Amino acid sequence: MTTLIKTDRFVLSDAERAAIEHEMHHYEDPRAASIEALKIVQQARGWVPDGAADAIGEVLGIPASDVEGVATFYSQIFRQPVGRHIIRVCDSMTCYIGGHESILGSIKSQLGIGPGQTTSDDRFTLLPVCCLGNCDKAPALMIDDDTFGDVTADSVAALLEAYP
Amino acid sequence: MATIHVDGKDYEVDGADNLLQACLSLGLDVPYFCWHPALGSVGACRQCAVKQYSDEDDTRGRLVMSCMTPATDNSWISIDDEEAKAFRASVIEWLMINHPHDCPVCEEGGHCHLQDMTVMTGHNQRRYRFSKRTHQNQELGPFIAHEMNRCIACYRCVRYYQDYAGGTDLGVFGANDQVYFGRVEDGTLESEFSGNLTEVCPTGVFTDKTHSERYNRKWDMQFAPSICHGCASGCNISPGERYGEIRRIENRFNGSVNHYFLCDRGRFGYGYVNRKDRPRQPIVQRSRLSMGIDAALDQAAGLLNRRRIIGIGSPRASLESNFALRELVGADDFFSGIARHELDNIHAIRNLLQRGPLPAATIRDMESHDAVFVLGEDLTQTAARIALALRQAAKGKATEMAAAAGIQSWHQAAVQNIAQGALNPVFIASVDSTRLDDIAAESVQAAPDDLARLGFAVAHAIDPGAPAAPGLEADALELAQRIAGALLAAKRPLLVSGASLGSRAIIDAAANIAQALKNREKNASISLVVPEANSMGMSILLADDPADKSVEAALAALSTGQYEALVVLENDLYRRADKPSVDAALAAANVVIVVDHQQTPTSGQAHLLLPAASFAEGDGTLVSQEGRAQRFFQVFDPSYYNSEVLVREGWRWLHALRRTLLGKPVDWTTLDQVTEACAAAHPRLAAITDAAPDASFRIKGQKLARAPHRYSGRTAMRAHISVHEPRQPQDPDSPFAFSMEGYAGSSEQRQQIPFAWSPGWNSPQAWNKFQDEVGGHLRSGDPGVRLLDDTRTDLTWTQPPSAFAPAVGAWQVVPLHHLFGSDENSSRAEPIQQRMPPPYIALAETEAARLGVTGGTVLSLVLGNQRLQLPVRISSGLPLGVVGLPAGLPGIPPLTASSVVTDLREAAQ
Repeated sequence: MTTLIKTDRFVLSDAERAAIEHEMHHYEDPRAASIEALKIVQQARGWVPDGAADAIGEVLGIPASDVEGVATFYSQIFRQPVGRHIIRVCDSMTCYIGGHESILGSIKSQLGIGPGQTTSDDRFTLLPVCCLGNCDKAPALMIDDDTFGDVTADSVAALLEAYP
Repeated sequence: MATIHVDGKDYEVDGADNLLQACLSLGLDVPYFCWHPALGSVGACRQCAVKQYSDEDDTRGRLVMSCMTPATDNSWISIDDEEAKAFRASVIEWLMINHPHDCPVCEEGGHCHLQDMTVMTGHNQRRYRFSKRTHQNQELGPFIAHEMNRCIACYRCVRYYQDYAGGTDLGVFGANDQVYFGRVEDGTLESEFSGNLTEVCPTGVFTDKTHSERYNRKWDMQFAPSICHGCASGCNISPGERYGEIRRIENRFNGSVNHYFLCDRGRFGYGYVNRKDRPRQPIVQRSRLSMGIDAALDQAAGLLNRRRIIGIGSPRASLESNFALRELVGADDFFSGIARHELDNIHAIRNLLQRGPLPAATIRDMESHDAVFVLGEDLTQTAARIALALRQAAKGKATEMAAAAGIQSWHQAAVQNIAQGALNPVFIASVDSTRLDDIAAESVQAAPDDLARLGFAVAHAIDPGAPAAPGLEADALELAQRIAGALLAAKRPLLVSGASLGSRAIIDAAANIAQALKNREKNASISLVVPEANSMGMSILLADDPADKSVEAALAALSTGQYEALVVLENDLYRRADKPSVDAALAAANVVIVVDHQQTPTSGQAHLLLPAASFAEGDGTLVSQEGRAQRFFQVFDPSYYNSEVLVREGWRWLHALRRTLLGKPVDWTTLDQVTEACAAAHPRLAAITDAAPDASFRIKGQKLARAPHRYSGRTAMRAHISVHEPRQPQDPDSPFAFSMEGYAGSSEQRQQIPFAWSPGWNSPQAWNKFQDEVGGHLRSGDPGVRLLDDTRTDLTWTQPPSAFAPAVGAWQVVPLHHLFGSDENSSRAEPIQQRMPPPYIALAETEAARLGVTGGTVLSLVLGNQRLQLPVRISSGLPLGVVGLPAGLPGIPPLTASSVVTDLREAAQ
C-alpha cells in the first residue's frame, strides 16, 4: 500500500488538553498560555504539527491564526519532525571566534548533517542557536537539555555517544 | 491649538495630533507606511522620520518618528533636513530590498502608495544585488488576490483586519525577514469587509480579484462620484469604467458616512452592470423585436393611449425616476412597489427620524457613541457599514481609558494595550446569532414579538412612565434592566433598530426607548435601518399621501380591473408579492411596460421593456437610512462604444413617454430640471437640489474631469468601429466631463470628487489632500444633505405586543438576511454568487431534534400556498417556534411578518 495523500487529522491527547487547560488558569487572559500550550504539544510529540493551531486555539478560545503566529515566530517551536535529540550549536560571536566551525565540521563528519538537518536514523537534529549564555566557555553547545562548554572537535564524538 | 515650527515656518496645528498628522493636515508631504488615518500610529516602518530640535537655538537636533511624536506647542522640526532625508531614503531602500520591483505586472501600479512614497523619498537606484526572499501565495476566495512577495511588512493589513474590522482569519506568521501575512491555510477570507485590504495595503499584496480578469490602470479609467445601491447605508463610492464596463469600485471618502471603508457587497457586487443579458435596446418581449428610441416611445404611447395607467415605482430607483413615473401616471395612480407591511414600517421609521425625540446619527458619528443597543437587526447582513461603525463605538472604551492615562488616541498600540480588550457596552437582541455578537456585552435571541417586548421593557426601565411589558420572564426583565442601566450610564447612548424583520412592534419599541432616553435627558441618538438604497426616498415621496401605496394595493387594483395598463419602474414584482397575485395582476393588465436595467421575471412578462440606466450609466438622487439625500453621477456613456446601446435613465424614458402621450416636446432635458421639479413638487424634498452642485458648476471655468490626465488610448478605443475619433460624449446633466480634460486636482474647493488624485498622490491616500484635517471631513463639506431634521417632538407611548406563543404544527417565519445574496442586484454579480449560501431552512437545535432531523436533511414544508423543499441548517441561536428562511435567495418566496410554515416534515427520499 502507498499513502498518496495524508490528511492532517490533529487531535489533542487527553493529557495534552489537560495540561493546556491547567496552564491557562495561571493567566488572567488565556491567550497568554499560547507559548506554554505549544511547548506542551512539542513535549509530547517532539514537534508541533500544522493542525495543532486550530486545536490549541479552540482550547484557549482564540483564533487559530493567533496561535499559528506565535508558533511560527519562535525558532524553538519545531514545525517539522525533528530527531530524538536536538543538538544546538552556538553561533554567536564568541563561540564563532572560539571555533564553532570546527565543531560543526566534526558533527558533519560523524553524523553527516549540517545545520537544519536530521540524521536519516532520526537520532539527531542539528540547529544553530544564537547564544547559550556561556561565552566564557566558548565554544558551547547543547544536546537536549544538557549544556556543554569548551567543546573541541575531538570531544564531540564522546558527547554524542551518550545520546542513543 | 499649538504652534509648530517646520523648516523655519510657523503653523497653527491641533496639539492633540502627532507631528505626522499635523504636517499632512497642513499639506506638507511626509512619507509614511504603517500609519493610516483610521488605524493610528505604531511606529513600525520608520519612514516618517523628521528632525526635531529642542528649541530655537538647537542646531543639532535628533531624528524622531513624526507619527509617534506629539505636536506639542512650540515644537521645532525639519522635514527637509539632510540627515532626515538621508535616513528616510535608507529606510525605503531597506523596505524595498525584498520587493520584487514588478510594477509593470502589478495591479497596484498607478495607485500604489509604495510607488508614491518611493518617488517622494527620491529612492531611484537599487543597490541590492542578492537573492530576494520569496513566498508562496494563498487562494483567498473570489474577492482578493494575494501576492506576498510585494510585502514591505508594514502590518497595516492585520491591524485593519483584526483590530479594526474584528476579523480572525488573517494573521501574521514568522519572524524577521520571513514575515508572512495571510491565513493559516488557503481559504476564503471570512470578514465581510475584506475588500478594504486592497486599499489599506500600501502595495500590491492584496488586490481586487474581480478587477483582475479585465484589468487596467487607475489612470486609464473614467470615474464618477457615486452612491452604493447595495443597501440603505448610503456609502460613497468611486466606480471606475473602461471600454464600457465597470472594472472596479473604490471607496470614496465621505467624512460623515463611510469615510475610508466599504463592505464587500458594495465593493464587489457591481457585476450586474456588466451582464451580457441586460436589456440594452427597447424590446417587444413577445416578438423579441428591438427598436429605436422614437419607435419605442411611439409604441409605448400607442399602448398606453386612452388607457387607465397604474405606475409601480421602486425603492431601488432614484427619486428622479420615481418622480417621473408619478408625473406620468398621476399621484393617485402611482404606487411604491414595496410590500404593505414593509412600507408601513418604513413610513413609521421616517416619521420617527423626522419628528421623533432623537436625531439620526451619521454612520461616522455612531463611532463616537459609548453604549449601543441593537434591537432586531443583524447589521452585518442588512447595513454592513453600520456594523463596522459599531465595532469602533465598542472600542471607544480603549480610547477613553487611554485618555484617562494621558495617552493620545492615535497611540494605537498603547491604547489597545491599556484596554486589554475592554469595550463599551453593546447589547444585541436579534432572532439569530449575528456576526457582531463577538463585541456584544450581551446578546440575546428571541422571536420578533419577544424582541419587541424586551425593547418595551428597556424603555420602561429607562423611564417608568413608559408602558411595561407585562408577563416578561425574570431573566428578560433583568436583561432589560442591565441594558437600560448601560444606556443611562453612557454619555452618548445609541439605539439601532430597523425594518429587516418586518416587525412593527420592534419599531414601536424603539420609539418608546427613544422617548424614554429623551425624557431622561440623555444626549442619545438613533439609527433605523431601512431595507433598500432608496426606501427612505420613496417614503418621503409618499409622505403626504394617506392612500395605501403598497404593492398589494397596486396588484389588487389591477386584478379587479381598475386599470388597463401597468408601467413598472426598476422593480421585480415577484420579489415583492406572492406569485399568484403578481401573475393575476399582470394577466389582468392589457398592457405591461417595464423600465429596468436587468432581465427579471417581471420584465419577462412585459409587452414592452425599456432599457433603464443602472447607477453606472445614469444620474439621480438617493436618500439613505439617515435621511441623507446624495447624488450619484453617470460614470460613462455606453453609446460611445456601441451606438446600438439605447440605455437611458428611468426618468428620461418616463418623462419622454409622458410628453409623447401629451403630444408635446420633451421638457426635461437635464438632470437639474427633473431634480428641481421633484424638489418643487415635494416640499420635504426641497433640499435635494443642494445635495450636489448643479451642471453649471465650474472650477476656473472648467468642467471636472472624470478621467485622470494620463488617460491613454482614447484615439484607439473606437478604431475598430471607425478610425475617425468622434467628439467625446457631452454631459448636460452634471459638472463632469467624459474626459481627462477638466479640473482634477485637490487645491480648489469641491465636494464631488470622481477619483482621489493629487500631484504625487495616486493611491487612495490622496484623500489626505481633500480633507480639512487628515482622516477628518472633506474640506468643502461632506457630500449630501440631510432631509429629516424637523422640529423634534414628543411621542405618545405605544403598547407592547403580547408574548410570542408558538403554535402547534405552525412555525413563524423569520427572514434571515445575507450580505451576499439577499440584495437583488449584487446577487447577479458572479463573485457575489460564489459567496451566496444555497437556500436552506434554519431550525433551532431542539426543533430539529424534535423532528428527528440533522443538518443537511431535506425538509418539505408549506409556505403560504407553496410547497418547498429545503435542506436544514441547524442554528444555535434561533428561538423555538420559528424557522428562519434566507431572505431574497433564489427559490425563497417573498416573506412577510405574518409568513407561517406548516406541514414541516422530512422530505420523502
